[in-house]
Amino acid sequence: MSLYFRQLAALVLKDLRLELRRRETVAGVLVFVLLVLVLFQFALDLERAEAARLTPGLLWITLLFAGLLALGRAFAAEYDQGTLDGLRLAPVDRSTIYLSKVIATVLFLSLVELVALPAFAAALDAPLLTPGVLVTVFLGTLGLAAAGTLFAAAAVQARARDVLLPLLVLPLLAPLLIAAVHATADLMAGAAVPWSAPWWELLVGLCVLFLGAAVLLFDALLEE
Amino acid sequence: MDKQLVLQETAPPSVGPRVAATQLREDRALRLLLGLAAIAMVVALYAIFVYAPTERVMGHVQRIFYVHVSLAWLSYLAFFVVFACSVGYLWRRDERWDAVARASAEIGVVFTTLFILSGALWGRPVWGTWWTWDARLTTTALLWFLYVAYLMLRAYVPDTARAARYAAVLGIVGFLDVPIIHMSVVWWRTLHPEPTVARLDSGPAAPPEMVITLVLASLAFGLLYLALLIVRVRLERLRDEVRQLEQALSLRGE
Repeated sequence: MSLYFRQLAALVLKDLRLELRRRETVAGVLVFVLLVLVLFQFALDLERAEAARLTPGLLWITLLFAGLLALGRAFAAEYDQGTLDGLRLAPVDRSTIYLSKVIATVLFLSLVELVALPAFAAALDAPLLTPGVLVTVFLGTLGLAAAGTLFAAAAVQARARDVLLPLLVLPLLAPLLIAAVHATADLMAGAAVPWSAPWWELLVGLCVLFLGAAVLLFDALLEE
Repeated sequence: MDKQLVLQETAPPSVGPRVAATQLREDRALRLLLGLAAIAMVVALYAIFVYAPTERVMGHVQRIFYVHVSLAWLSYLAFFVVFACSVGYLWRRDERWDAVARASAEIGVVFTTLFILSGALWGRPVWGTWWTWDARLTTTALLWFLYVAYLMLRAYVPDTARAARYAAVLGIVGFLDVPIIHMSVVWWRTLHPEPTVARLDSGPAAPPEMVITLVLASLAFGLLYLALLIVRVRLERLRDEVRQLEQALSLRGE
């Protein structure tokens, strides 16, 4: 068991080290998120009251597309430089490779959200920095990473991978979007921490579904 | 050098007398099925337009309901077949499972499209709008997108064995996600009720003629689905044979 975790840690550290050296993913995605925030202002010209109603939706659409950008890069380096074979030959359980990518993606997106959430909160004057919202954002990011990493492994080996990945992932993540937006809206409106709210249960259920299915099915995607 | 070895190991597929006889039997069975489907369709059309009573509130427009609901059931069935065959393919790695999954997805996307379009045609005179974001319609739209994603994944992956594996994973995860999609959309709509309350059924108690018509229509479309599925799977099998022959020929040619 501890071998599994050590292997997992090694793979996660590899991705973190690569990102630390080149700083492409986090910086690029962060700038994208901030840009989208500005573009929303141009497109929607939000007044105070409208902004409150629309903020959860805007936030989550932005996070969803930012996540897809980050996921597009998840296996890209390995595939383009031919080190995907190295991963295939590594004496680790295939699920380790999958989980390490999920953890790395969640970490990268969390770094982005660390800056993005305060930016959204300030720009839209929204109470987004409460523990409830942070938990929701974490769960949503985890679900997004779980589903996205699975299909990123398929998309990276296909043609037009940037176009294909959103097509594969977005229909599956529709319930995640619904749940995350409504949980955020409820929390913003002042609901107490909703442990028994259907939305959080839905988010957790989705994470469990995607993680569970992926651990079983990832092998089929990584085969030669 | 190595060419000799390759030639000995790769024999071209033989279309011997036994295979030909099987194909002949299959042809007859398929023709029988197509005939049955055609008859069932005619019977169903008669039932829909003549046998079924005219609905009190909606009038003749309501007759689209029989086509609409039949298509709905078959869309869900087709997606279940995609799921089952995806599991079968990943488990057994037999191409025939994959061929059925792909055929079912292709037919399923057409049936889902028709399901949505027939709903819109029904909705326009009855609700006054082509589309509304109620629970069922939204779920169907997402089902359509899942189907399209499946087919696009197959289209964008050039290697057929790989495409089959990737598509199988999507087929499985997509199907498992469908109940969650449905749940989330229903919660979405009940917690934020939409302005128009639409009723897609025909009323409190449907008279038996309507039920019979619905059953007949569903059977007709079911037979159509089966027939199309078999034709499509055969096409895929013939394509595979052609590919194998081409490979064998190209190896010989060198």
